[in-house]
Amino acid sequence: VAAPGVAMATEPEAAEPEVPSLVDRYFTRWYKADVKGKPCEDHCILQHSNRICVITLAGSHPVLQSGKTIKSISYQISNNCSRLQNKVSGKFKRGAQFLTELAPLCKIYCSDGEEYTVSSCVRGRLMEVNENILHKPSILQEKPSTEGYIAVVLPKFEESKSITEGLLTQKEYEEVVVKRINATTATA
Amino acid sequence: MIPLMEENKHVARLLLNTGTCPRCVFRFCGVDFHAPYKLPYEELLNELQKFLETEKDELILEVPNPPPKKIRLQELEDERLDSLNQNGKGSLSVIAPENSNLNVCNVCLGILQEFCEKDFIKKVCQKVEASGFEFTNLVFSVSFPPQLSVREHAAWLLVKQEMGKQSLSLGRNDIVQLKEAYKWITHPLFSEELGVPIDGKSLFEVSVVFAHPETVEDCHFLGTLCPDCFKPAKNKQSVFTRMAVMKALNKIKEEDFRKQFPCPPNSPKAVCTVLEIECAHGAVFVAGRYNKYSRNLPQTPWIIDGERKLESSVEELISHHLLTVFKAESFNFSSSGREDVDVRTLGNGRPFAIELVNPHRVHFTSQEIKELQQKINKSSNKIQVRDLQLVTREAIGHMKEGEEEKTKTYSALIWTNKAIQKKDIEFLNDIKDLKIDQKTPLRVLHRRPLAVRTRVIHFMETHYVDAHHFRLYLKTQAGTYIKEFVHGDFGRTKPNIGSLMNVTADILELDVESVDVDWPPAVDD
Repeated sequence: VAAPGVAMATEPEAAEPEVPSLVDRYFTRWYKADVKGKPCEDHCILQHSNRICVITLAGSHPVLQSGKTIKSISYQISNNCSRLQNKVSGKFKRGAQFLTELAPLCKIYCSDGEEYTVSSCVRGRLMEVNENILHKPSILQEKPSTEGYIAVVLPKFEESKSITEGLLTQKEYEEVVVKRINATTATA
Repeated sequence: MIPLMEENKHVARLLLNTGTCPRCVFRFCGVDFHAPYKLPYEELLNELQKFLETEKDELILEVPNPPPKKIRLQELEDERLDSLNQNGKGSLSVIAPENSNLNVCNVCLGILQEFCEKDFIKKVCQKVEASGFEFTNLVFSVSFPPQLSVREHAAWLLVKQEMGKQSLSLGRNDIVQLKEAYKWITHPLFSEELGVPIDGKSLFEVSVVFAHPETVEDCHFLGTLCPDCFKPAKNKQSVFTRMAVMKALNKIKEEDFRKQFPCPPNSPKAVCTVLEIECAHGAVFVAGRYNKYSRNLPQTPWIIDGERKLESSVEELISHHLLTVFKAESFNFSSSGREDVDVRTLGNGRPFAIELVNPHRVHFTSQEIKELQQKINKSSNKIQVRDLQLVTREAIGHMKEGEEEKTKTYSALIWTNKAIQKKDIEFLNDIKDLKIDQKTPLRVLHRRPLAVRTRVIHFMETHYVDAHHFRLYLKTQAGTYIKEFVHGDFGRTKPNIGSLMNVTADILELDVESVDVDWPPAVDD
């Protein structure tokens, strides 16, 4: 079967390959380095053009370094608060847990005994957490910026621009990482 | 000639004598056939006076009982009653004082007088003809000033009381409504003048709105008696609306009303004014199917923060021409679903319907509609339209019914991160009625509820392109998000093409190949 015959001329086909990825097409990447003062615990916030934020781990996060194994992930952030209990209803997402920049989202326990807390980094309401990574923590390491996301946060409409003001751009983040590497090699 | 009975004489005399016009006299005497109302006003008045003057001797005796003292004291303030008493010299034996011939009726405020005359009807018809509407019949609607209900009520109470004295009863329905009488007189005149029938079901409406300078004066007491009925509203100029006045009249006790408002009502200082004469045509609907051949054209205007993202849209490219040809005021576009800005709609196209609001032209031959379709199609190569036709409002339901239940077929160009061979995609061809769970896509989550929806992919057909590309044809249940089924939307649509193939998949192009809704019917070329 040939491609459907189209009588009318369409726009010229865009010069193909190397199309930007899904994330690059629709999202802006924002970063926060050394979250809560913990070295290298960098987060990456993907903000969609519709203001929705997907919280992910930045590539430089210790959990994503080779040799690390995740033992388990828990959205139970305190004795009486679990992000798994978050429920939103209706178009206006009533009932969502409200998150400040510092609000913890989940804890990651590694087999080397280390534990890491992932924070929201943006103010907004929690839409959903990613239960897939509970059942299969390796997704977080294999696809940290897509299927291995941590949570989805919806900022307030009026704050959709200001919530990223304290965050690093892609370029600034890369500079931070380079400096960090230089610093370690210098001390070494 | 005069359609009144002997038993009507007393009430007729009383009304005529207190400034009521002959047609309102007929109404309160329950004359329910049209002919007498249509007689020329002067003739009517003379005939009525003549009729009532016969047997004068009988009626001199009939002096109404003086009203209770309390009421009389209140009414003494009323100038009109004073003058009535003078004119009438304390007796009702003098029928219709000279000046009442030209007086504005104390019940209809001129509606059944000068506003029934040919001159006025002609004035309205001139407006109708100047409005430029195309019409083959019309519905005439009229709106009266609110205090007409008050005056009508006062007259009714008076007549009821007087008839009671004659041991006759009077129900609400025994009198002819002002609106009815007005229609009996004016409808034939309109019909004659405009050369079309009056039809209650006509889409073309001529409306006349009357007002009166004394509305607040006449209604003021109702506000005091029944403040609940007159709450100020943002969009109302006055609290004394027709509905509010009617509501108050129903609530107020007869005796309270009598204390506050003269029965019979006093003579007004002025006649009604014509606030507006308006013409409007009910909406007509045009349906068809459209193709969209551009990946830079939204279906509806794409405006974010008051700023246009792209200069045109499918609905504008189509509706622009319809608006001109139908000479309509505005339009409302609807369709059986919608496609994204970067998605083309091929095949037989997507059903759509356009409501044309207040169209001045509505009659078109099928040839003219065909030419209109050609005009649309010549004007843009981004869209094409077929099966353009006039439809009823009801028929549009078929289009929306199909929206949820029917199937759609698509063609998608897919990229995979891993190199593939033809055999790697063939297994997709064997999958039938695959159930998928879709969470509300992130790209629409800001404006739609979060939910998991099960959708069915009825079948897929693959066409290998190269090591990283293949084309996928698929037939799905309406409401399936195809882009998300391909790339998985962060794993939020499960399964997806990427998970089925164990690769990272992305969608580069998407076309709607068919929207399987069998409405509107095909039109022969």
